[in-house]
Amino acid sequence: MGNLSTPISKATLLLENGNVYEGTSCGFPGTTIGEIVFNTSMIGYQEILTDPSYHEQIITMTYPHIGNYGTNEDDNESHKIWAKGFIVKNMCHTPSSWKNQKSLPQFLKEHKIVAIADVDTRSITKQIRNKGAMRALITTEKFDKEKSLKKILESPTMNLRDLAKEVTTEKSYHVTPHTPSYLVVAYDFGIKKSILKYLSERGCRILVIPASTSYKEVLDLNPDGVFLSNGPGDPASVTYAIENIRHLVGKKPIFGICLGHQLLCLALGAKTYKMKFGHRGANHPVSFLKSQKVEITAQNHGFAVEGSLEPRHCERSEAIPSPKVMRSPQSLPLLRDDKKFYGNNNFFSHINLNDGSVEGLYIKDKKILSVQYHPESSPGPLDSLYLFDEFINMMKGRQ
Amino acid sequence: MPKRTDIKKILIIGSGPIVIGQACEFDYSGAQACKVLKQEGFQIVLVNSNPATIMTDPEMADRTYIEPLTLDFLKKIIEKEKPQALLPTLGGQTALNLSRDLAREGFLDKHNVELIGAKLHAIEKAEDRELFKKAMEKIGLEVPKSSVVKDKEKAKKVLEELGFPLVMRPSYTLGGMGGNIAYNQEEFEKYLEWGFFQSPVHEILLEESVQGWKEFELEVMRDNADNVIIVCSIENLDPMGVHTGDSITVAPIQTLTDKEYQVLREASKKIIREIGVDTGGSNIQFAVNPETGKMVVIEMNPRVSRSSALASKATGFPIAKIAAKLAVGYQLSEIANDITQKTPACFEPTLDYVVTKIPRFNFEKFPMTPRVLTTQMKSVGEVMAIGRTFKESLGKAIRSLEMGVHGFDNLKESRNFAHLSESEIKRELSTVTHKRLWIIAEAFRKGFATQTIHTLTKIDPWFLNHIKEMIELEGVIQCHSREGGNLDPHLLKKAKEWGFSDKWLSTLTTLSEIEIQLLREKENIEPVYKTIDTCAAEFESFTPYLYSTYDEEDESRISNKKKVVIIGSGPNRIGQGIEFDYCCVHAALSLKEEGFETIMINCNPETVSTDYDTSDKLYFEPLTFEDVLPILKKEKPEGVIVQLGGQTPLKLAYEIEKAGFKILGTSVKTIIASENREFFSKLINKLGLKQPPHALAHNEKEALLAAHKLGFPLVIRPSFVLGGRAMEIIYDNRNLEKYIKNAVQASEDEPLLIDRYIEDATEVDVDVLSDGKDVYVAGVLEHLEEAGVHSGDSTCSLPPFSLSPQTIEELKNQAQALALELNIIGLMNVQFALTKKDIFVLEVNPRASRTIPFIAKARKIPLVKIASKLMVGKKLSDVIPAHSAKHNSGDLKTKTFSVKRSVFPFIKYPHEDAVLGPEMKSTGEVMATEYTFPLALAKAAEAVNSPLPKKGNVFLSVKDSDKAKAFEIAAELQKCGFHIIATRGTAQFLKEKKMNHIESINKVLEGRPHVVDALKSGRIHLVINTTIGEQALRDSFDIRRTALEKQIPYFTTLSGGLGALHAIGAAQKEEFSIFCLQDLY
Repeated sequence: MGNLSTPISKATLLLENGNVYEGTSCGFPGTTIGEIVFNTSMIGYQEILTDPSYHEQIITMTYPHIGNYGTNEDDNESHKIWAKGFIVKNMCHTPSSWKNQKSLPQFLKEHKIVAIADVDTRSITKQIRNKGAMRALITTEKFDKEKSLKKILESPTMNLRDLAKEVTTEKSYHVTPHTPSYLVVAYDFGIKKSILKYLSERGCRILVIPASTSYKEVLDLNPDGVFLSNGPGDPASVTYAIENIRHLVGKKPIFGICLGHQLLCLALGAKTYKMKFGHRGANHPVSFLKSQKVEITAQNHGFAVEGSLEPRHCERSEAIPSPKVMRSPQSLPLLRDDKKFYGNNNFFSHINLNDGSVEGLYIKDKKILSVQYHPESSPGPLDSLYLFDEFINMMKGRQ
Repeated sequence: MPKRTDIKKILIIGSGPIVIGQACEFDYSGAQACKVLKQEGFQIVLVNSNPATIMTDPEMADRTYIEPLTLDFLKKIIEKEKPQALLPTLGGQTALNLSRDLAREGFLDKHNVELIGAKLHAIEKAEDRELFKKAMEKIGLEVPKSSVVKDKEKAKKVLEELGFPLVMRPSYTLGGMGGNIAYNQEEFEKYLEWGFFQSPVHEILLEESVQGWKEFELEVMRDNADNVIIVCSIENLDPMGVHTGDSITVAPIQTLTDKEYQVLREASKKIIREIGVDTGGSNIQFAVNPETGKMVVIEMNPRVSRSSALASKATGFPIAKIAAKLAVGYQLSEIANDITQKTPACFEPTLDYVVTKIPRFNFEKFPMTPRVLTTQMKSVGEVMAIGRTFKESLGKAIRSLEMGVHGFDNLKESRNFAHLSESEIKRELSTVTHKRLWIIAEAFRKGFATQTIHTLTKIDPWFLNHIKEMIELEGVIQCHSREGGNLDPHLLKKAKEWGFSDKWLSTLTTLSEIEIQLLREKENIEPVYKTIDTCAAEFESFTPYLYSTYDEEDESRISNKKKVVIIGSGPNRIGQGIEFDYCCVHAALSLKEEGFETIMINCNPETVSTDYDTSDKLYFEPLTFEDVLPILKKEKPEGVIVQLGGQTPLKLAYEIEKAGFKILGTSVKTIIASENREFFSKLINKLGLKQPPHALAHNEKEALLAAHKLGFPLVIRPSFVLGGRAMEIIYDNRNLEKYIKNAVQASEDEPLLIDRYIEDATEVDVDVLSDGKDVYVAGVLEHLEEAGVHSGDSTCSLPPFSLSPQTIEELKNQAQALALELNIIGLMNVQFALTKKDIFVLEVNPRASRTIPFIAKARKIPLVKIASKLMVGKKLSDVIPAHSAKHNSGDLKTKTFSVKRSVFPFIKYPHEDAVLGPEMKSTGEVMATEYTFPLALAKAAEAVNSPLPKKGNVFLSVKDSDKAKAFEIAAELQKCGFHIIATRGTAQFLKEKKMNHIESINKVLEGRPHVVDALKSGRIHLVINTTIGEQALRDSFDIRRTALEKQIPYFTTLSGGLGALHAIGAAQKEEFSIFCLQDLY
């Protein structure tokens, strides 16, 4: 509870495994169901809430004080809150910042988002860590565990769900910088505003197109490059996009982020899998194998890429070190370098140093670049902005 | 890149004695570095003058030198040890400055010693304000407008441009030494002179004031592959204008948006790269305008710091340890995160709790000092507290301070502001003091709006609102109580979640602290323990580093092993510092060896004891009964160790035992009894010993009566005090009355203890170990200064330098008798005063004394490890190493003399008289070892940076009772070739004694030119000045103060002066040696 004078209304959180947490409501009254995830970013809640990749998900913030600096127009990553629900330890009702325009509880209410505060978010996080991805329900109404559990179990899981179609733009639109140098066509699977910002800052005139736009339309526009955006859901179920991408590979420089990366890899023959609980935070170390440099990255994904690409995509001119050399064998367990994971020929360009998972693909000759994480961060560190520059370089070569 | 193989031997320089601005955090960082580099197979050469450190334990390094941290000694050591590398970034500003000087002189190049971690150019760029400013401009970052000046003329021009308020920072100083904010012309001129003097390079940075801006710190690390990570972000609750060491700080940052934070993060990356810190940690400070978000860079420390120690404890990421590994070639991605074990150290810790640090001040010991916080650090220690919310961590931090406040309660008079009017509160709010938190609380009680308080304090409303809500809850609870209602369990639960202590709650209700505790038990409102894991529970953690919180899930895994709980010593303060932390750490190490699971409880983030590596389990908690009890209930230890952490754990002993837990070692009964005067007298009588005539007084009348009976002079003090707090020597009735008026407040209900002051007595400390049957005399320490100077402040020698073998034997016998009679198990300290014919027992302390680490180092015996084993039931005969045991028979001779000398913070407190007395004032100590006592004394002077002159002019002025001995001193001085300048009285006396060539000089009151003029003009090289009585003290104040500021060695006791003379004599004839601890052992 933030303030003694604020009226308290109860809220309840129920996890798929039957665990119940009693707290107070700090958002819109009602009941919500979604996949429960946790994010370890200490700040940046507004960007997280408005990131379309969180569509159909209930977000637990591991940092206990949320809402401290309120909300403001500039920090929106899209026009609305996409998250299905919000869980915090302590919600701030009296924010303090020169940027503040609206308190977070008010923001949540306006967007009709059910949210719960005053629960043991660390305990919830550990549940998710130990049990893996789960569905959950938050309600501010009278709580009936049996009925609620039934509702949860009846709700869809994340697997096989194409959510991109639910969040993509209906109509295409342009983002034009002062001095455009490149035309980029951006597939919107749930694109974040910051991506558009970093691209346009680098001289890209961007045409944002609906997820289902056919490759032919794209090629007809003769863009300098194609961008594949982030987004929610199971990548394997966005079959139309995978198909379209397949036709674009080799024809245009392609840059993908998050879901875009997964779709690109699927188009190239790799596989995706549902992770136990995913990566969501602003502190994940990723090694760019080519330079052996480590970037601290912003992450938000529940699926990841593994396996081999089709052989025809695997010809490459430069060798990339094997992921297993990335960590000192004396002090750290070796990363997985089994064939299932990285494929027969390791050519994934970026590896997550925490768990060895695939974080990126860079085939320079084919002008293919994609990363699982978020170089545009928002929220998170800006260590990976060079990827936008690499994309520009790929397009430069073309001109 | 794996570790470097071209380096075999690395020199690490420590930070020397504890001073304001450099405390145990550098023992923590240095000890971590030694440990990890040794594990990596490097040979470590360590130099530090401070014996009370873990890093100087013989097993920490391969070659340990407890020698003065001066260029001369370092050169000697480098020449002898021939290290290939010098790691300059772990010993604070002291090590950094020394390394810089060695490099600048070309000495390191000449001896093929490579600076690793930070190169010379990086140190210079970060430390030199002008170079730093240029570097920031180069990378497009703003710094406050400023200019470096070397003279007054230039300074005045700069002032015209920048205007008031003007920040004035001398270059190359420690803890913001000499830094000030000038608001007017007068202050400007005063601080200008002060600043020039403080700066070793005689330059000051004049800077546009960003006072009131929000202040942030980032702890940055970089490896040789240019990977940069931010380990921790810190927000200062006190905005710009207060030294960060004196500020309340909170981790992580609370009030910045992600976009604003990323600006700081990006800037930090650029800064560490531009400054060129190759590897390791740096601390970077920023100011952000709260109205516009504009950011400026304030400064960077290219080394580990107090903040990095705090950051390490706050996050579980051991910065110094990682920095040491990076310095020898590892990259961040090659080092494992200790806590998760499976993930690398190349990441940025994320917190799921809030950390609050509050500095601890000792203003009560420096009554003349204005209690205002500025850019010059004044605090002597700090506490850190962890909670799931800011309120919880703030509440825990406040009660960790051990200042007699348990939250925002009004229990302590000095924190009770209920009587202040609104306008008085407004005035108080606009000055920054260490009491401001409580004034803010009172302001909220009086209905002030957050905005009003923000306007006056510039503290971010986010923090203020939390305090406001706590005060609102306080009001609700009080209201309930007034209406006759019991404490509603819901309210109680909320209060606990919001960091209210039971004691604070008891002041708001009709319930006692115990009743609240029982109510909590009944309602099942108990703390749970959560893990500090660097990753907000994303990964499993393997290191049991825990904090309490009122939340749902408990994570403490309780083992089936035999356990011992060690209670630490809390925040550093004068009288209770690093020595006690050293003892606690040794207990943990020793009992681990004995097969116990060791559990540490402490709240001081600077220390080695709060390193999660030290004990098997660490609870980072306030040291109050409320906070300790639930841990004991959970862990069910075999016993609790309270005799090693100074007074803090001793104060808890009674309640702990009453709650059904066993106190290991000396019983609680003895602990209490030894503080009881009546019991003590009986004991002394029973053993046929002597103590000074004494009395107890509960009020003024009794005191005056006692004075009449005992006769002046008297030593007077309140019961249960530490470091001679409020202890004074009183010469007449008038001062006695004055004292009582002040002291009775300070001592609550306890009576005053009044002793006849034994004049001209030699003071001796004897420390013993006992198992209850046998007693082992660990050390007999003879003080140089006479009894009456607090033992923590006096210079002392092991072995004694003037006592006869018979006297030593008698002292040992008396100490043994006392230990046996008191049934001591573990350590005991006795203080004796020796006159020509009598031995008086002044004090018996049934616990580890401040000198234990010194004795352990000087005599090469792990005393605390032995004591700990005794406490768990071992016999002396089992645990005393054979080579030491043979000394027990009475032969305390060592091949060398070790001298302990104290360092004082007077330079930081410009209004204080730098005179020694029964109240302890020193912050730290050095040890100096030589083959003779006088030479050891001379070396000790080098070690405290006050080297004795070998020739020149001496100012001599002594009180009447010292005149007889002054002759001896004067003669000795002339023999050493010194010219004597004396005040008229002293000169007259010496001339009467047929001494020639005595120059007389005016006292300050006798007109100019006077002695202070001579000091200022550099004519005097040594001062021996003893005084008595208030007037004389006032008259000579300027002499001591000037000597202090001009760094002229001065002595305020005749014994000290005489010692100095002998030391000079020895230093004139002999060269200093250097001793490697491992060779001596």
